[in-house]
Amino acid sequence: MLFTIVVKLVLAIIMYSFVMGLAALLTWMERKESAVMQDRIGANRADVLGFRAWGLFHIIADSVKMMLKEDFIPPFSNKLIHNLAPLISVLFALLAFACIPFGGTLKIYGKEITLQIANLNIALLFIFATLSLGIYGVILGGWSSFNKWAIISSQRAVAQLLSFGFALAAIFISIVMVYDTFNLQVISQKQGELLFGFIPKWGIFLQPLGFILFLIVGIAETKRIPFDLPEGESEVIGYFVEYSGLKFGMFFLTDFVETILISALTVVFYLGSYQIPYLGATGFVFPGGFQIALPHIVVVLLQVIAFGIKVFIGCWFLLLVRWTLPRFRYDQMMKLGWEQVVPLSIINIFITAIIILYAKGALNL
Amino acid sequence: MKVTREMGLKERIYIVEVVRGLYVTSKHFFSNLSIHIAHLLNLQKEKRGAETYQYPEEQRPYSHRLRMRHRLLKRQDGTPRCVACYMCETICPAECIHIVAGEKDDPLIEKYPVSFDIDLSRCIYCGYCVEACPCDAIRMDIPENKITAYDRNDLVLSINDLLI
Repeated sequence: MLFTIVVKLVLAIIMYSFVMGLAALLTWMERKESAVMQDRIGANRADVLGFRAWGLFHIIADSVKMMLKEDFIPPFSNKLIHNLAPLISVLFALLAFACIPFGGTLKIYGKEITLQIANLNIALLFIFATLSLGIYGVILGGWSSFNKWAIISSQRAVAQLLSFGFALAAIFISIVMVYDTFNLQVISQKQGELLFGFIPKWGIFLQPLGFILFLIVGIAETKRIPFDLPEGESEVIGYFVEYSGLKFGMFFLTDFVETILISALTVVFYLGSYQIPYLGATGFVFPGGFQIALPHIVVVLLQVIAFGIKVFIGCWFLLLVRWTLPRFRYDQMMKLGWEQVVPLSIINIFITAIIILYAKGALNL
Repeated sequence: MKVTREMGLKERIYIVEVVRGLYVTSKHFFSNLSIHIAHLLNLQKEKRGAETYQYPEEQRPYSHRLRMRHRLLKRQDGTPRCVACYMCETICPAECIHIVAGEKDDPLIEKYPVSFDIDLSRCIYCGYCVEACPCDAIRMDIPENKITAYDRNDLVLSINDLLI
């Protein structure tokens, strides 16, 4: 019992230090990546004893600034809910990481440790629930501020998240049909197999349309450009317009945590989770019969590192999208959601069903 | 005139155009990043990874025609070329030049400036003084842009500051 608690605690510390560290790094990456792709240099002036370290100290400077700013609570706001909203927002974004597997099963000193905080059988539903509950932070934040822009903005956010949440449900259904399970650890293990003997059985090869749709919906769920209508600076500022200091910082952090979450989910569902192509439990086994034997601990370590690198590249891609595309108009966003993504995701379910039935031989074409 | 352009199929699908846009931005990203990494390894110093000039450390090259801080020219014997004719003070639209003339012993020159003040906080850098000068005594070609002071009187240049 004690052993289980200690192991889970260690796993939680590893997972959340990775997530929070990456979220802090993303604030720097967002500035630097956008600068490099726009032929600029980006923030590089914060220095410690003359060392600039490519502007990495801006992470510390930013967080110190957030903490030291006056935390002003508007006198006309509903204070309890006003204080609660950023907590709810960041809590549900972080909670979803509890059931994301970052590695396979580690066998050490005769014990088996699954590298995942909570190996839930209904992990997919749990993630869907946390993604949906994240809306409450936005609604309560906008509503308790008693500010017209904040309310309009949270209405926009809710309309956007609901319409894309519907498509997300349809995409999850096709994922469940392909992998035949709600368990993310099992989904990850199944992606280690091979398709036709040489293609890794990753979700992107099984669900190419689903992959694109999930990316679109995922970017919409993070509420960042091109789907940043709730935060349109030039029109409605955002549902956090009345927040300052660390509470604004929590909303700000939620954006980055959600970016990491969407990246991690894309990796788990479509990009082979922690699997490396042709890396089995005993080492690399290439289709030609060529083999490299590796000890168990090295295999597990390589897989964990592979997961981290994949999530990092996913975050890089999401930032690239955020700094490339212009914002949608509101009607364009709604049209994209209800007239294109939702029908396509439902069509995806039918295509998936037909292929699965055909593969099982239940369909005579 | 309002020009409406029909979007083609590729543009209406949008995904293709998104991929094209991402290709352009990621091309910039990777080429600039590789130049930055090469700079760290002391390679390819002649290429620039960004358009930015890191201002206080790195000066931007200015055009030769740019009008900047004034200076007064000297004759070969070291006296100022200025003959205190008041042309520049008269034409100056910002009224920033103040000359006090003195009489010179040399019968060919008649006058010289006892004091010649330019108030840089008033100057609009129009260059009329340079155009008006009959002796080519004033020019605006010192490439200096750090014209800053805590006190307004520090921005008034005297004849000693101008005769360089």
